[in-house]
Amino acid sequence: MSADFLYGIEVIINGLMAGVLYALVALGFVLIFKASGIFNYAQGVMALFAALTLVGVMEGQVPFSHLINAVFGTEIHHFGWEVPALLAILLTLCIMIAFAWAVQYFVFRHLVGQEPIILFMATIGLAYFLEGVGDLMWGSDIKTLALGLPQGGSMAVEEWTAGLGGDDFYGFFIDKLDMVATVVALLLVAGLVGFAQYTKQGRAMRAVADDHQAALSVGISLNFIWVLVWSLAGLVALVAGVMWGAKSGVQFSLSLIALKALPVLMLGGFTSIPGAIVGGLIIGVGEKLFEYTIGAPFLGGATENWFAYMLALIFLVFRPQGLFGERIIERV
Amino acid sequence: MFYREAGDFKTSYEADSQTFPIAFDRYRYWAVLAIAFLVIPFVINDYWVNAIFVPFLIYAIAAIGLNILTGYCGQVSLGTGGFMAVGAYACYKLMTGFPDVSIVIHIILAGGITAAVGAAFGLPSLRIKGFYLAVATLAAQFFLVWLFNKVSWFYNYSASGQINAPERFVAGVAVTGPNTAPWAQYMICLVFLTVCALLARNLTRGTIGRSWMAIRDMDIAAEIIGVNPLKAKLTAFAVSSFFIGISGALFFAVYLGAVEVGEAFGIQKSFLVLFMIIIGGLGSIFGSFAGAAFLVVLPVALKVIGVDWLDWPTDLVAHLQLVIVGALIMFFLIKEPHGLAQLWRVTKEKLRLWPFPY
Amino acid sequence: MKMKTLAAMALAGALATGPAMAELVMPDLSYRTGPYAAGGTPFSDGYQDYLNLLNARDGGIGGESIRIVECETGYNTEKGVECYESTKGEGALIYQPLSTGITYQLIPKATADGIPIHTMGYGRTSAANGEVFNWVFNYPANYWDAASVAINYLLDENGGDLNGKKIALVYHNSAYGKEPIRTLEELSSMHGFELSQLAVDHPGQEQKSQWLQIRRERPDYVLMWGWGVMNQVAVQEAANINFPMENFIGNWWAGAEHDVTPAGAAANGYKSLNMNRVQDYPVLEEIKTLVHDAGNAAGDGSNIGKVLYVRGMYAAMLAAEAIAKAQDIHGTAAVTPAMVRDGMEALEITNARMTELGMEGIGPEFSVSCQNHGGAGQGLVQQWNAADGVWEPLTDFIAPDASVIAPLIAEDSAAFAAESGITPGCL
Repeated sequence: MSADFLYGIEVIINGLMAGVLYALVALGFVLIFKASGIFNYAQGVMALFAALTLVGVMEGQVPFSHLINAVFGTEIHHFGWEVPALLAILLTLCIMIAFAWAVQYFVFRHLVGQEPIILFMATIGLAYFLEGVGDLMWGSDIKTLALGLPQGGSMAVEEWTAGLGGDDFYGFFIDKLDMVATVVALLLVAGLVGFAQYTKQGRAMRAVADDHQAALSVGISLNFIWVLVWSLAGLVALVAGVMWGAKSGVQFSLSLIALKALPVLMLGGFTSIPGAIVGGLIIGVGEKLFEYTIGAPFLGGATENWFAYMLALIFLVFRPQGLFGERIIERV
Repeated sequence: MFYREAGDFKTSYEADSQTFPIAFDRYRYWAVLAIAFLVIPFVINDYWVNAIFVPFLIYAIAAIGLNILTGYCGQVSLGTGGFMAVGAYACYKLMTGFPDVSIVIHIILAGGITAAVGAAFGLPSLRIKGFYLAVATLAAQFFLVWLFNKVSWFYNYSASGQINAPERFVAGVAVTGPNTAPWAQYMICLVFLTVCALLARNLTRGTIGRSWMAIRDMDIAAEIIGVNPLKAKLTAFAVSSFFIGISGALFFAVYLGAVEVGEAFGIQKSFLVLFMIIIGGLGSIFGSFAGAAFLVVLPVALKVIGVDWLDWPTDLVAHLQLVIVGALIMFFLIKEPHGLAQLWRVTKEKLRLWPFPY
Repeated sequence: MKMKTLAAMALAGALATGPAMAELVMPDLSYRTGPYAAGGTPFSDGYQDYLNLLNARDGGIGGESIRIVECETGYNTEKGVECYESTKGEGALIYQPLSTGITYQLIPKATADGIPIHTMGYGRTSAANGEVFNWVFNYPANYWDAASVAINYLLDENGGDLNGKKIALVYHNSAYGKEPIRTLEELSSMHGFELSQLAVDHPGQEQKSQWLQIRRERPDYVLMWGWGVMNQVAVQEAANINFPMENFIGNWWAGAEHDVTPAGAAANGYKSLNMNRVQDYPVLEEIKTLVHDAGNAAGDGSNIGKVLYVRGMYAAMLAAEAIAKAQDIHGTAAVTPAMVRDGMEALEITNARMTELGMEGIGPEFSVSCQNHGGAGQGLVQQWNAADGVWEPLTDFIAPDASVIAPLIAEDSAAFAAESGITPGCL
């Protein structure tokens, strides 16, 4: 087999892996949109906030220390203890649940029944707010995530596949972190699907997604369900934040990963969990393959950002509700 | 007492269909125009022009443009930054290509070019709706920014990839370039804004505006009663992009004087203009003004209060500014989901009955 | 419109502060928030700490105390304009815009207002031609110098011959990232190495395609023009594909502690250029005792001695020296921006002077003239030691190849002069 072809396969494999990472971000959007019709722009900032909180808790940072120091003239930075990773993750989850409750209680409870664009705008306000709070709480420097996630190309895969091609083929490159991310994403999706199918709360969640009023009339508390989905979205955000943060360190730019998830959402449909996964994979492979075959050799590279959107746009022209989205039925 | 239509009798059709039928509105409108044209140019300095007035005027034009598309025609767009870039680069190419032609014509032509580009990117709207369309317009945003960055023809092959506005004159007064007087910068933006606002106000009151609103309220129903969705949606994209193109051209030539596409016209700009119209009020020209003013003035005001008055560290103020802006956006939406324009409308309703409400 | 007038009244009081001419006003356009905060914070801390040290130790410059006016730009051009306009009224003497976008913005404005701009290792490269850019200074080095310094270093490593070598440039797909391409292309035809260019789109969190391409093409060296999150990801991805880190060289905005720490031990051996040597300077001790212990530290004081902190301090030192020079030339302690410009143009930095200031060898020796606002253009190569967590200078200051860069600068500045109708000449 020619090296170009093998490298093409390598690009596809890595595209799939990247797609899983995109899907992780997109999942959070889908959960909230499905249950409440809110297009949650703040999902990216939630990932940043969750990751910041995790690092801050692990390192025993004093929240809002900069603000406290500025107001009271003190010099405090750390509590002086370190929290083990698992406990820190649990604590972070608690904070995300508290956040979900606060969002529901203070904001979206008052906005039930508003037009989608108003809800969208409110989430943008939320994004600003959370960005500011995150910076105030934990500072704006780059933090290193010390969870001990494996990094680097897998030598085993590389050596095992090196024989497939000639001398100019060096074996497939697969990042260990991507493998971990894939496994985590699979577990997460399986968990979410299992939760939605087999538990009481999960069924209630699906009922709310289907029809708010019908769900209300059989005694399901909408408020509870919405807090639940925001908490789940917080969990997804934490996972996404950890996976992306492992690469780049935890920093402000993490909030921009939301932009990577949008074409995935368009393609997969805003309301479908499998859609987010499949959409992620298609976008991942599509943009990497385009960059490999056309973008880098002929267009000067850096085409991935817009090509992902173009690809989704082309799909949408044929299926305006996305691949797995609910059919849009319009009546006069 | 002051604000009422009672006793304001119209005796001709022209009078009945004028832009501001209520006398008080009319006086207020002329008063604002008089202050804007006759008072402000004589009292402003560099700081006020560059920090508040010029950005406000330019963003107001962009917000009017986006409001036509999103507020009147119901098509959510996140491509505003990209379209502003088209206006800016078109203006730059025209300015450097035809240095003898007046800058006013260049800016209008830049608007026209943007209108064509906008209409082309509006084509998918015939098929894609709602948030799907919003995300689809991001394709335009990212593609246009990439294009202007990649193809060096757009920036005249300069080594830096930045475009610089050369000095141009209107009636012998410099309006672009470093030696522009503050009032000249202010005036050219104000004139464009006034014309754009009048145009938009009257467009939205006429046939075409009504067909946009019919499409917004329910496109299938509109189609059934004979509104051509192709025509309505594409004209909305074109007209909206025209205004946005003008604002982009002014943003580059008059306000900043030098831009790099990714920095000045990135995705943040698209979101910013969208915030303006939602905060200000969808489907309202006044809302575009109010929203632009809110988002231009608020950060500056918070900075002045925090840094200059309270003497806090600048980074703390910047973070608190985010928190406050975010919280205010949510607060306003909860209190009044239809924006500042609706607050104004409610106030007017109250004024009609004042001082004897029932 | 109503809103505007209301807000105008509300704000009016804030601007009523008159200019205080009795002190030296030094604006600091910092960015401690936003995506690049990690780079902006230490620079600003260093800049302010040094000026505060001068206030505490010498009572300012030439007996005139310094007033720092900090303004947060968030690396955003529009906020930068606001900052410029709000600080210039206070009698600002010299601007360090700290962002290429804001620099381009301010070049025409500050020239018209007659306030000098110092862009140290960023901004408009052709501003090195002082006859066209009278008010803009970019000493001690610029991007084209950096590209040439990197190639000269590699030439040195390879016994003066790069023929047939493959060098890849990974760059941020923006004006900043594209700066070195022209120079590298010239150098590539001169020295016979093969140059491949890999663009990374903003913000640069996803670089798999680029690094897979590098893995396929196996270049001998990778140069990087990166900024922000792109740096951390690139270092991590380079480690992932087992690229030999000692053959991976970033420019001076891709060589700070926070660029390499997220990758941990894997980043060991990564090299970068620098325009200021990082080591233990006596002046840092003075800052600790006279500024930090007195409770006047800018920021939280944790950045002292970092790469960008030292760079900020270096920038402050150059500005202070220029002001001292201006005071010397004009015989008055209360200098104006125009006098400071004269001081900058007559600036001479010698090893003796740097030693005297407690920062021996922090930068190259150079002198500024009307024709040359760019200084010596020298840079050094430093290497990251992950075990100790320090950047270690590997070389002394390396000179760029002026025969390549000078014509490029002449060409670009001539184009700017023609475009803006400037007749080149000294003030």
